[in-house]
Amino acid sequence: MNDTLISLAIIFSQLSLLAFGGGNTILPEMQRQVVDVHHWMPASEFSALFALAQAAPGPNLMVVTLVGWHVAGWAGMLVTSVAKFGPSSIVTILALKAWERFKDRPWRRYAQAGLVPVTAGLVAASAALIAHASDTTLIAWAITAVCAVLAIKTRIHPLWLLAAGSLIGLTGFGQF
Amino acid sequence: MNKTAHDMNSNLTAAQTAADTGLAPPPTVGEIFSGFLGLGLISFGGALPLARRAIVERRRWLSASDFTDLLGLCQFLPGGNVINLSVAIGMRFRGLPGALAGLLGLIAGPSLVVIGLGVLYEHTQNDPHIRHLFAGLAAAAAGLLISMAVKIVLPLWRKPAGAIIAVLGFLAIALLRFPLLPTMLVLTPLSIYLASRTVR
Repeated sequence: MNDTLISLAIIFSQLSLLAFGGGNTILPEMQRQVVDVHHWMPASEFSALFALAQAAPGPNLMVVTLVGWHVAGWAGMLVTSVAKFGPSSIVTILALKAWERFKDRPWRRYAQAGLVPVTAGLVAASAALIAHASDTTLIAWAITAVCAVLAIKTRIHPLWLLAAGSLIGLTGFGQF
Repeated sequence: MNKTAHDMNSNLTAAQTAADTGLAPPPTVGEIFSGFLGLGLISFGGALPLARRAIVERRRWLSASDFTDLLGLCQFLPGGNVINLSVAIGMRFRGLPGALAGLLGLIAGPSLVVIGLGVLYEHTQNDPHIRHLFAGLAAAAAGLLISMAVKIVLPLWRKPAGAIIAVLGFLAIALLRFPLLPTMLVLTPLSIYLASRTVR
């Protein structure tokens, strides 16, 4: 149990510092650690937790809290949350002062521009991995595709798409 | 000339904001906590647009330009944008206690909601109806993630160097399942170098 908490602390504090471009970039590494390296849950369960977290309010990556809780109860939730939100917050506090000073330095722009493609590749990888783990039936692939197109082409609220997907799932159509 | 005009303009706007619309007095630690608590609980599917409305328009803690500048920093640093923003705003007004209040306020509500959903899931996951419902939910969530990826990737088509970096990152993480740390240690400096050659 203690080893599990230590592993959670190490994994999520590392992820915290690597989460350039927001939470979704570290989803593949989180899945790799939780599913492939530590075998805490199968990939399908990780996707289910991710989906649950998407249906909850709040910042992007509440799946972190849920993974910690699922693996090691309330202690796991606490350790994971501190590890995930602590290090990046400390960096923010330290950077707050330096930011003003370097406002007009060119490297600040280069670094900002250079991080964009890396973020893009990582978010695309997240999407591919989560879709692959979630979509085991034809109907699930259809729901994913339709939601993706609607979210790109229209301004429909994401929550409606999640609700519609859940309802279609509930009918059991196309599943066994 | 242009720069001077711009500076005068921003000075003028800052003065106007202070005089005309008037920012609210600096929030207390309690107000920072409750402000972000409310924000955390009402923001579904991304908190950023709501954060701007709450912080700039409704509570008037920051001017629009201050908000944009602070957000630029928060997007640049590791961690979620809005999470970093809660820390930065709390820190700016009330130091460390403020930073803690902002962060805890933002994640307290969603944490409890998400655990509640987790409990519900564990108790009902053997019911076939619920399993089907969650399968549909997961499929829809995957679709939303794909849409986000598409929106970030599409603008790169015009920048071949950036597109190659994005493809390499995708292959390394999604297909080869490389660990994130070495992948980023290789790709990030390379990408920043390429950006320094192309960004003017």
